[in-house]
Amino acid sequence: MKARVHVMLKNGVLDPQGEAVRHALGAMGFDQVEGVRQGKVIDLELAEGATEADVTAMCEKLLANTVIERFEIELV
Amino acid sequence: MRAAVIVFPGSNCDRDLAVAFDRAGFSVEMVWHKDAALPQGVDIVGVPGGFSYGDYLRCGAIAAQSPICKAVAEHTERGGYAIGICNGFQVLTETGILPGALLRNAGLKYICRTVGLKVQTSDSAFTEGYNAGDVIDIPIAHHDGNYFADDETLAALKDQDRIAFTYAENPNGSRDDIAGILSHNRRVLGMMPHPERAADSGHGGTDGTALFRALSGVFAPA
Repeated sequence: MKARVHVMLKNGVLDPQGEAVRHALGAMGFDQVEGVRQGKVIDLELAEGATEADVTAMCEKLLANTVIERFEIELV
Repeated sequence: MRAAVIVFPGSNCDRDLAVAFDRAGFSVEMVWHKDAALPQGVDIVGVPGGFSYGDYLRCGAIAAQSPICKAVAEHTERGGYAIGICNGFQVLTETGILPGALLRNAGLKYICRTVGLKVQTSDSAFTEGYNAGDVIDIPIAHHDGNYFADDETLAALKDQDRIAFTYAENPNGSRDDIAGILSHNRRVLGMMPHPERAADSGHGGTDGTALFRALSGVFAPA
């Protein structure tokens, strides 16, 4: 089994990298872009029997810092 | 008086911190991150600056899971003293010993220069050598020093007088200009600026010396 974890800064937490990307896109003429948020994608190769609850625990303990980040788990 | 300085792969201010403790009269032991216990009888733990584990995942995130950090957490839960500087502050927030988190600098640039720090409280073992309102010159050197905490946490830090230092001019986007905070019991300090780099006339400034001197006053035999 594989899991894909998306980690994003929470709404309301300033994302200066996303903001810099938005500026760059605007400067390139892509003025249809109103906002950019940048995050991480982490792919996990899981052993047989691993559960979504296991992945949730991994996210809460290490993969995301829940003070500033939210995460979504996709099992594939 | 005994201090322990934690060494992670990628720490680069560990020796500077050890020298600052030593000059203040502490006997200092360097402790490797794979050790599961602190040396017996340690009065204060220093978590130094640097780039532990190459800042992989998030600054301080991997270091926070190391065996020694469990021992550091137990030490602070028992009421032990600790100071985390720069990457050490990031490690202390990642372990949950201190609240909040350090984000990428708002200007996205790594900043390395001496800044003015306003002492917000002299009510701690770390800051009692200063007067509240003093502005001291201390170097910063970080890419991720933008302190973030939610409104509730910020309100608690203010109400409990736990903001130790603020920037005179905010260099990195930190909420409320916060440069350093104290734990509930005021025995753990986390700060992004480097007092150990302003602790010798050869450093170009000595405003950090009072912090280490004040600490030695707490632990000196009566």
